[in-house]
Amino acid sequence: MMHPARISSAQILVAQVLVALLAGAVFGLGLSLSGMLDPARVRGFLDVAGDWDPSLAFVLGGAVAVAFAAMVLRRRLRRPAFAAEFHLPATTPIDTRLILGSAIFGAGWGMAGLCPGPALAALSLGLAPVVLFVAAMLAGMVIHDRLAARQPGGSRS
Amino acid sequence: MNTYWPSLMGGMLIGLSAGMLLLLNGRVAGISGILGRLAQGTQVPTNAAFVIGLMIGPPLYRLGSGAWPSVTITASLPVIAIAGLLVGFGSRMGSGCTSGHGVVGLARLSPRSIAAVATFLATGVATVTLMRLVSP
Repeated sequence: MMHPARISSAQILVAQVLVALLAGAVFGLGLSLSGMLDPARVRGFLDVAGDWDPSLAFVLGGAVAVAFAAMVLRRRLRRPAFAAEFHLPATTPIDTRLILGSAIFGAGWGMAGLCPGPALAALSLGLAPVVLFVAAMLAGMVIHDRLAARQPGGSRS
Repeated sequence: MNTYWPSLMGGMLIGLSAGMLLLLNGRVAGISGILGRLAQGTQVPTNAAFVIGLMIGPPLYRLGSGAWPSVTITASLPVIAIAGLLVGFGSRMGSGCTSGHGVVGLARLSPRSIAAVATFLATGVATVTLMRLVSP
């Protein structure tokens, strides 16, 4: 496909940055089109016992279907186009951290109707509550990483 | 217009983005992971580029449709702040969020991600239901 020897690491980095920028823009456009950017819609999707809005299930369905095709394609490739190897999370057992962390995440998601992707994308609308949410979310991440670093074997991702 | 079509097409774009990032850069499109690494100062150029790209999404949508995507927030600011803390902390502790576990993990049929998605959907539904019962 290409000769790694002829391509400098700087050129590889430029390609990776451009791919990341484009992938981010496609992701943000998809979120905007899908309705996931709207906390009221997200909370309507989670309100299964009330006035349930099932439309956001189609977001997950469409995303997983296309991503699944990419996973099938990946098995035919030895390595990604612009990197030496695929960086995929190792398959570790289901543990307390995974379940407890996901439970905490879900509670916050339900409270505000925002999760990390839509919150970051919605920053460009310049709304004060979104800015507050992103600041608090970053604080939550830093607090977790500091606490995990203190525990032996606590830090993983 | 029916709300299912834009949701399906938007979802497919999200899947396309995840596919691009994996097949070209070899990376998982997990937003909490990308943001967490950015906060730690690792792989700054690519992670920052992805986040900037995310923010270009809504203006791109406006270019095509003529209107900003709607963002309706009803929660009070203290609730927003607590929710943000929980989302940040929980996504790091659980090694992923709606994108990493929800899109990429489910597409990989990862048992960990299936467990994570079932858990955050359950607590999300429980939280919304409880909040509606407490203050309708």
